[in-house]
Amino acid sequence: MTFLTILVFLPTLGALVIAFLPSKKDEDGVNEKENQNLLLGATLTVGVLTFLVSLVGLIFMNSTAFDAGLSEMQNAFSFSWIPAFDIEYAMGIDGISLPLVLLTTGVSILAILASWSIKKHVKAYCILFLLLETGMIGVFLALDFFLFYVFWEVMLLPMYFLIGIWGGPRREYAAIKFFLYTLLGSVLMLIAILMIYFNSDLTLLEGDVLTNLESQGVVAAGLAAEVAEATGPVHTFNLVALAELAQTTDCFSADLQWWCFLLLFIGFIVKVPSIPVHTWLPDAHVEAPTPISMILAGVLLKMGGYGIIRICYPICPAGGFELSYFVVGLGVASMVYGAFAALAQTDFKRVVAYSSVSHMGYVVVGFGVWTLLGDGDYWKMGITGAMYQMIGHGISSAGMFFMVGIIYDRVHHRNLNEFGGLYGLMPKYTALAMGLFFAGLGLPGLCGFIGEVLVVLSVWRFSPLLAIISASVVIFTAGYILWTLQRVYLGPEYKGPHAEEIKPVNSREFSTGAILLVLAIIFGVFPNSLIQYMEKTVDQQVTSLNDWREGYEHALEHAEEAEEAEHGEEGEEGDESHSDDTEEAADEHGEGETAGAAELTDVATTN
Amino acid sequence: MEPTTDFYQLIDALKADSANSLGLFMPEVTLCVFIALFLAVRLITTKLDLFWVALAGAVVGLISSNPLQLCSGAVESEEMFTGLLVHDGLTVAVRSILMLFLVLFLIFTKISGVPDKEDGADVYSLIFGSTLGMCLMTSANHLLIVFLAIEMAGVPSYVLAGLIKGRKRGSEAALKYAIYGAGAAGVMLYGISLLVGLAGTAHLPTMALQLAEIIPAAGLGEQAVLCLAAVMIAVGIAFKLSAVPFHFWAPDVFHGACAEVNAFLSVASKAAALALLLRLAVGLGSVPLNEVEIPQILEVQHESIMSEAAPTQLVSLEDQVADDKSAEPAVVEETADAPANDTEAEPAADDSDEEPVAEGAAEETIDDEAQAAALATRLAIKQAHDEALSPVRNFIGLLIAFFAVVTATFGNLAAYGQTNIKRLLAYSTIAHAGYMMMSIAPLMMTLGTDHAGAEQAASALIQYIVVYVFLNLGAFSIIAFLRNYVGSEEIEDYSGMVKSRPSLVICLALIFFSLVGLPPLSGFLGKFAIFASLADGYSDTGSMALLILLLAGGINTAISLFYYLGVIKTMIMGEPNEEHHLGDRPVGDMEMTYVILITIPTVFLIVCWQWVAGFADEAVKNFIS
Repeated sequence: MTFLTILVFLPTLGALVIAFLPSKKDEDGVNEKENQNLLLGATLTVGVLTFLVSLVGLIFMNSTAFDAGLSEMQNAFSFSWIPAFDIEYAMGIDGISLPLVLLTTGVSILAILASWSIKKHVKAYCILFLLLETGMIGVFLALDFFLFYVFWEVMLLPMYFLIGIWGGPRREYAAIKFFLYTLLGSVLMLIAILMIYFNSDLTLLEGDVLTNLESQGVVAAGLAAEVAEATGPVHTFNLVALAELAQTTDCFSADLQWWCFLLLFIGFIVKVPSIPVHTWLPDAHVEAPTPISMILAGVLLKMGGYGIIRICYPICPAGGFELSYFVVGLGVASMVYGAFAALAQTDFKRVVAYSSVSHMGYVVVGFGVWTLLGDGDYWKMGITGAMYQMIGHGISSAGMFFMVGIIYDRVHHRNLNEFGGLYGLMPKYTALAMGLFFAGLGLPGLCGFIGEVLVVLSVWRFSPLLAIISASVVIFTAGYILWTLQRVYLGPEYKGPHAEEIKPVNSREFSTGAILLVLAIIFGVFPNSLIQYMEKTVDQQVTSLNDWREGYEHALEHAEEAEEAEHGEEGEEGDESHSDDTEEAADEHGEGETAGAAELTDVATTN
Repeated sequence: MEPTTDFYQLIDALKADSANSLGLFMPEVTLCVFIALFLAVRLITTKLDLFWVALAGAVVGLISSNPLQLCSGAVESEEMFTGLLVHDGLTVAVRSILMLFLVLFLIFTKISGVPDKEDGADVYSLIFGSTLGMCLMTSANHLLIVFLAIEMAGVPSYVLAGLIKGRKRGSEAALKYAIYGAGAAGVMLYGISLLVGLAGTAHLPTMALQLAEIIPAAGLGEQAVLCLAAVMIAVGIAFKLSAVPFHFWAPDVFHGACAEVNAFLSVASKAAALALLLRLAVGLGSVPLNEVEIPQILEVQHESIMSEAAPTQLVSLEDQVADDKSAEPAVVEETADAPANDTEAEPAADDSDEEPVAEGAAEETIDDEAQAAALATRLAIKQAHDEALSPVRNFIGLLIAFFAVVTATFGNLAAYGQTNIKRLLAYSTIAHAGYMMMSIAPLMMTLGTDHAGAEQAASALIQYIVVYVFLNLGAFSIIAFLRNYVGSEEIEDYSGMVKSRPSLVICLALIFFSLVGLPPLSGFLGKFAIFASLADGYSDTGSMALLILLLAGGINTAISLFYYLGVIKTMIMGEPNEEHHLGDRPVGDMEMTYVILITIPTVFLIVCWQWVAGFADEAVKNFIS
């Protein structure tokens, strides 16, 4: 209990302390200067402390260390918080959230290191940054849907101000666009949350499921006894309990799951971002200051992916199953679109931003390839690949944005056509940049490769056509990255303005970039260092979802037969409503399945 | 039987009733005493600063309304003054909220310096008078009182709107407000008279009983008159709530009156009007259990009934009622139909809060058995009545849902174009009235079928009101303080304010984001409670209206972000406006402390939200029977 709570709220505590530090210092008694070193130093201390807590607590300290051999929630705790709505203060960590938590705390440190370019209102910057970090860690640890939503939204305000105050010339536009997109997405999410909550009923859970969860600490102590005595339905916001309900009982109708999946999915892909709701990202990235771009690309985008795998699929499996082609198709479209858009940019930062859209497309694809072939091994591969891609992209994109930031601080422009020849002027910087951009490209031996290859392989068994398209994206990726490198670093001489400002990287910049590059190499060479932690959880989730799916398909066939026997041809009309999104599914699995699904829906609602 | 003994009995009963009622009426009595005091002092001298007296009055009012009694269990529902008023959890809760607001509000006026010493006595007596009317609104149980209370709360606020003498805009605001108010009151009075004429009584519970008998047999003409009456009464309340399309006074009045008066109008007046709306909607839509009396003939047959199981009990009861055509002719028709559509048995089980207790006791003594049987009979009759009233509930529910959607959407859209902060907040107030009215729709849809759902919807409204008190009081107090510093209420003059007065701006930003409904700020919790009741109502009843409300609420939240954010953006990201920059007077300690104290609940209520939720749950427990 204390461990995860400390981990989440340590940055907030730090922010409180920093609020009382002096924001200005008197130099020569006349001009007041921002107290930059003190404030950023304090922030860095808090960031490092948080990272150490997460690293030591999760990897080294025996009592709280994460056990990679277990698939369930660890260090979990749960307390009744707002009984009026059955809301719990519940957190826990498993193989899916562990890498992301470490990524968050790690990238935060590097972002703080990159923050010395912030010159105005440093104190406010530090406070907002630390609040943002609390929100990010909280999202990955929350086990209660309400708590998850609160953390999810907590990030919005700091992010808005961080872009809006410290950003580039069009910062206000970019900030409000980011805010509005995310808010619209989360309002849809809130509606889905409420619908799920009011349809949940813990009394339907069989036997000792609740007692088990209680002994793991996932649900509040005494809940099992309470549910056993309850006369009416007992609602819950607990994510684990909701997943159990969705997969083992028929508490949520197929119709409800379909709609809730869609609403939640929209809420999450805004954050990912996937087309067609990605347009906030290039604007936000271009306007945001370097460290915030790093956080945005490195951590924030991962929350969308995390939401999909933690919430969408386990809680609305029927929706995920029906819409799997929609999800994968959207992911592939994102990959292609992002790559093409990146090719067309002349702004250095926009190229990296669109490469994020393209790379996060892999994540959506990996989560979506739900196939039963090989006992679900391909889906496991897809999810593992997507998780790996999230971590890999977190490292490489943070690195790329940092590289852009370094040169922007010197020459104050980002026009690709006005660079060139930096190799000779800044050799160390160029070496770092080459490494990190190659990591983004997905060169074997670097972190981007593993995720991409796993995802593309998994798509092959899902749909060869989509696999071919997604594999070809690798070529375009290589195209825009190599072309960018060529225009910026190679060539005889620097063509742009402020040539006199170009000087080699300082040690702070070099060490930040070097850490990222080292990580990119480590995760590229030893993929198992990461996969060992998530393997069990991913296996368990895929297995239980596949079990659910077998039952569901069985029920579909059953319903179909019954329907045919009773109504003859009437059932044909039913598939109209779903045909838009599952058109491709019909090609693959035959017409009957979609029709059957719709019929099951009808049966469920009429019953 | 001599008429004189009857007369004396009546007198005795009235005496006992008045004595009992006065005990429950202490907050209002306190207000009256202090109003008289202010007026008396005003006759003698104009030099005395009456602030401390007023504050003492408000504190005494708060203490005597005793909100803590809600913590020690639900308050029994009791009628006061021969049924003109009712004293229950809702009365206690809303009255306490009003009194708490009054205390905070008085402190705020003292700090901001409006009214000055000379006007003090006048203004305080107006404010106390208006609050008195609002207290009556929350406890009204009789349509006559409803009208009187609305006028009593309204008339002083017309004067308050023109508080600053000699300002054209203020006078215009006051005149507009008064004329609109008079018109709305006239329409409402007409609606009341129609309703009273049809039902033959103005006592709400009796009226519900009468309506239950009239409606199943009502012809087209009667139905039309009933609908007309409901719409006309709704107009009167919509005016108080500034619901679209009866909102036109609000922006002008808010613009013209000073920020202090705006705070009073936007918080206290809204809270009381919502409580009244709640009371009228529930009062007309269901028959309270203790109003139900067992017809003479049935009483004899209790013992035969009680041995049977509950569902058969109902059926047999209804058969007996059916035999007795002369006693309850109208109910008969309804109840005779009821078993056919099968809805009867379920609600009976829902209302079992009191039943098991009574039934458990019944096994012990015969006396209790009889009581239990009587209770069961009354429950059954209540069910029958409530069944008959379902068209009323549907109509009221849909009417209010319509008002709510239009109000929230229009308020948010119109706020977007405002350049004056007070006008902007006027539209924000309108939009929030819309959100709050949303909760009445699920309440009406689930009343009578899902007891817990109805209670939850009412509780959501109370929770929202609690949050809203702090939010709007905070917003207007900051605006008043800024006016004292900058001398302007135009948003563009706030540009770059964060540099000179960072704490005030941060507090205002927190309050505004809370008004948008962003977690973890308190506004989110109010919205969450209301949206939750909508979702619950939808999943229970499947009513499309509720789904539309839920979606409209969500979309409105996103729309509202724009204009709140616009103000914050100007204050934080704008460049200071040199032309209008009037002095660098630092924020006073009193102002700062007050603003921070008002903002604290906004930020930290989420941690102890259960207190607010528990308070609201207790408040509505005996209100919906």
